[in-house]
Amino acid sequence: MDKNDVDRTLTRIAHEIWERNRGSENIAFIGIRKRGVTIAERISGKLKKLEGAEIPVGALDINLYRDDLSEIASQPILKQTEIPFSIKGQKIILCDDVLYTGRTVRAALDALIDLGRPKAIRLAVLIDRGFRQLPIQPNYVGKNVTAEKGELFEVFLEEDDGRDEVIITKGDLNGTEK
Amino acid sequence: MELKNKDLISISDVSPEEINLILDTAVSMKEISSREIKKVPTLRGKTIINLFFEASTRTRTSFEIAGKRLSADVVNISASSSSVVKGETLEDTGRNLQAMNPDQIIVRHPCPGAPKILAELLPASIVNAGDGAHEHPTQALLDAFTIREKKGTLSGLKVLIVGDITHSRVARSNIFLLLKMGAEVIVSGPRTMVPLFIEALGVAYIPDINAAVKDADVIMMLRIQLERQGKTLFPTLREYSRFFGLSRAVLENAREGVLVMHPGPVNRGVEISPDVLSGSYTVILDQVENGVAVRMALMYLLAGK
Repeated sequence: MDKNDVDRTLTRIAHEIWERNRGSENIAFIGIRKRGVTIAERISGKLKKLEGAEIPVGALDINLYRDDLSEIASQPILKQTEIPFSIKGQKIILCDDVLYTGRTVRAALDALIDLGRPKAIRLAVLIDRGFRQLPIQPNYVGKNVTAEKGELFEVFLEEDDGRDEVIITKGDLNGTEK
Repeated sequence: MELKNKDLISISDVSPEEINLILDTAVSMKEISSREIKKVPTLRGKTIINLFFEASTRTRTSFEIAGKRLSADVVNISASSSSVVKGETLEDTGRNLQAMNPDQIIVRHPCPGAPKILAELLPASIVNAGDGAHEHPTQALLDAFTIREKKGTLSGLKVLIVGDITHSRVARSNIFLLLKMGAEVIVSGPRTMVPLFIEALGVAYIPDINAAVKDADVIMMLRIQLERQGKTLFPTLREYSRFFGLSRAVLENAREGVLVMHPGPVNRGVEISPDVLSGSYTVILDQVENGVAVRMALMYLLAGK
């Protein structure tokens, strides 16, 4: 996927969110650090153009909720969770770049529920690469790709990496879904 | 980036990068304490023992709350209610606790070096919560966190420490940490309470508190240990208070925006006057609040060891 593909995909997701929620009332975006936050901000920006209303965006760090803390060698570096609004009663759209095993999303769900009781949580991802290990399904998907097990998805976004691109490489699996 | 040792015994053992790692992690931890549900599941199934051979409310509670907010099981042991009163040695107490498989043991002891003995003996992570007149590393870390939070940086700041420098573990840990992070340290207090040749550490000594506060960005007041009076290093408390206490009149010589800190417990009217305590430049309660975040960060990082 190149810059235009990424942009078109996110535009479509924004329209889908707009359509299915009949507007943007009571919606808030929460991105999973770090590229999920960028995706959340972009979709929010696109919805603003459609709707005119500012939709809040929060950032979630899921490292404290990981299920593999006792299995990995060193503790992951924590980044801040910054959610400057109450999630109580809101329809939360959780955003991430790649959906793979589903473990990150499981951690994010636990983290969100510790912050309050949202009315609903929906999941939006740029890439769904299959091979789930948990019963988790996204509501909004940019692109479904069935990759081989040994393949690695790399998402680059302008704000984080200086360019918009999604590529598939042969590589180490650990590193896709953190 | 991770911590290189399984223990935290002394600030001299940690690098500036490790200090920054702990402080950065604490920023994330602080947010948890502001939530409605002040708990994350991170250290679920880990056991932390608070082993306190000396009186403490602030430090022990702070470690206990920190452990509980991370979902660890925290057990408190104080010397007066333990087998220590029956004559058990430190090493035997340590071995017996280790037999119950704790992951971390937080130790406060009147003898310098006691946590180090346990650290070398036991596989659990040992955190020094104050050992005699040696060190109190988590206090220095929470002080650094508070300064960084208020001033944005540590490097280049002038920090004045006033009081019994010789016998203060808080002063020692702070001096090591602040120098490591590029701050400048000045001490003040009666000559009898300041080590000879302290200049060799790179620390300036200015006996007159009015002169010492002039350029300071931060003033740390130390507690006068009233329980040690009798073996006293100055003639009377009143005299100490008049010469080295931080009053509004003294503070008028200081810069705008100076921070006033104190590790607690405070002797109101001795080292610090009540009107200074209630002033807007005083960040003593921020220090206490940040203590929980810094100790959570440390427990989290040590749990990977």
